Amino acid sequence: MTDVILQYVYAFAVGGAFCVIAQILIDKTKLTPARILVAYVVSGVVLGGIGVYKYIADFAGAGASVPLTGFGYALSEGVKAAIDEKGAIGILTGGLTATSAGIAASMVFALLAALIFKSKNK
Amino acid sequence: MSVNKEKYGKYVEKTAKKSPILKNCVKAFLIGGLICVIGQALMQLYLYLDISKETSKALVSVTLIFITALLTGLGIFDDIAKHAGAGTLVPITGFANSVVSPALDNKSEGFVMGLGAKIFIIAGPVILYGTAASVLYGVIYYICKLFM
Amino acid sequence: MRRASYRKMTITMIIKLKNSPVITCFSCVGGKEERKGPLGDKLDFYDETDRFDKNTWEKAESEMQRRVFNHLLSKRDLKATDVDILIAGDLINQCTSSSYGLLSFDIPYFGIYGACSTAALGLALGGILCDGGYVKRAAVVTSSHFCSAERQFRFPLEYGSQRTPTSQHTATAAGAFFVESSGSGAYIDEVLFGITVDAGIADANNMGAAMAPAAVDTLVKYFRESGTGPESFDLIVTGDLGYEGHRIVTEMMLQLGYDMKNVYNDCGLMLYDRQKQDMHAGASGCGCSAFAMAASILPDIISGKYKNVLFLGSGALLSQASVLQGENIPGVVHLVKLSHREG
Repeated sequence: MTDVILQYVYAFAVGGAFCVIAQILIDKTKLTPARILVAYVVSGVVLGGIGVYKYIADFAGAGASVPLTGFGYALSEGVKAAIDEKGAIGILTGGLTATSAGIAASMVFALLAALIFKSKNK
Repeated sequence: MSVNKEKYGKYVEKTAKKSPILKNCVKAFLIGGLICVIGQALMQLYLYLDISKETSKALVSVTLIFITALLTGLGIFDDIAKHAGAGTLVPITGFANSVVSPALDNKSEGFVMGLGAKIFIIAGPVILYGTAASVLYGVIYYICKLFM
Repeated sequence: MRRASYRKMTITMIIKLKNSPVITCFSCVGGKEERKGPLGDKLDFYDETDRFDKNTWEKAESEMQRRVFNHLLSKRDLKATDVDILIAGDLINQCTSSSYGLLSFDIPYFGIYGACSTAALGLALGGILCDGGYVKRAAVVTSSHFCSAERQFRFPLEYGSQRTPTSQHTATAAGAFFVESSGSGAYIDEVLFGITVDAGIADANNMGAAMAPAAVDTLVKYFRESGTGPESFDLIVTGDLGYEGHRIVTEMMLQLGYDMKNVYNDCGLMLYDRQKQDMHAGASGCGCSAFAMAASILPDIISGKYKNVLFLGSGALLSQASVLQGENIPGVVHLVKLSHREG
């Protein structure tokens, strides 16, 4: 039982820490949110590629997979698995295959939301 | 009028009202952490339902994206994000919101050239550079594999 | 009082309007937040949804212009044919809010772009046309809409982002004014068109700082050429410098020897309760100064509360492309001197 609770604590702490780093970048530098997201995804790919992110993911669970670095990690893991399985073509197919659920879900839910809702006045 | 741009820029930077960075960081930490905890709970739920680990992982993302799409459509997400800052931006919720919000907004220019063309106006760079980085990594990994 | 030396004036820049053109009548409309603000009960009408019965934000802004101008006509019981020229502008690309909004009126149309200085620019041009005897009655209409401006200049409306404390909120408001060659109201005595000033600020979230040096430039030129100072006026009001710009102008003017403290206000600070409404550095947009003028400042000039007023419309001349290309944001500030006259 304590293992489960600890898993939540780690997820909270690591996920929160990823957000704090981005918050500092937003407030202290001129980086726009879009640039920060790009930096996070690419960092995820790099950290996944050099094998560091695996440890963070094993330790923090959703605390590592839910932040956008986890998206980058999934891309790199996908590429690696696809190359191991199918060879060179995996370079191109692996990344998007591994992340296709998230991308497709975003697009379809966005379309549905746009059919149902309208932007509100602020 | 000739303004000394450098001097004026420094003066503006020094005297301008600053973002409350500590307060922002605390809020980002709490809300960002909470979203990850929700992700962890969902993961546990899907595993408990005897769904495979890989599928569960994907379902966690899909669920969070669905919740974000709903909150964005209802006009609630931006009210949360105003306080959360990076706390909602960095998790997959930020990515989902950046896809859903242009879709809603650009519907007024039509479904093809409005919604369709502009849906990735914010999230596009994330997918592009993420994919490009992964392909680059793939090339390196493939070459390394050939020689090892 | 010590007054720092400033660039030597070689040409007369103040345009003196000797035939007393006058702002006789005005009307204003606003949205939800504007209604909630301190001037909310002065609005002629408002729409809680900000949509004005239209299905897009751009159409809503056009509709605001149409309705506010209609209201102005009805206030004076006039028809469109009684107006000689329409001078109008807004923030949306190619000023379509104005051209579409005023499409149904068969009046010669003069579209202008001065960013948020449009109200002052329009009143100045209307005053000059009336003063010169070219027209008898000009109408000036300007608008801005938070939602259409947000879409054009920043992010989609439902995008979750945090605003910095220096950022300003585009007012959802429109104002319409009659400038006539004779009548009673607030008289336009003088006009001074400002130059564009690049102060080196590239941060679109601090437009007050980008425009402040332009305001100082125009003000100092005016004071020096007319031989006046802040003490000569009951009110000096800038268009939408907001909290940051207001503070910077006050400090810069003091350094140049002009103490503005007791007479200086900014329309961007008048529209909202900044704390309660979470409006950061205040309001901005073409509708901001038009609303503040129509709701509060012009009535106070006509009532005699203010005898001499300097109205400085401030514009930040940026576009989506210029911001993305990292260009600085130039500012431009146009001055209109208004006065109260007895009987």
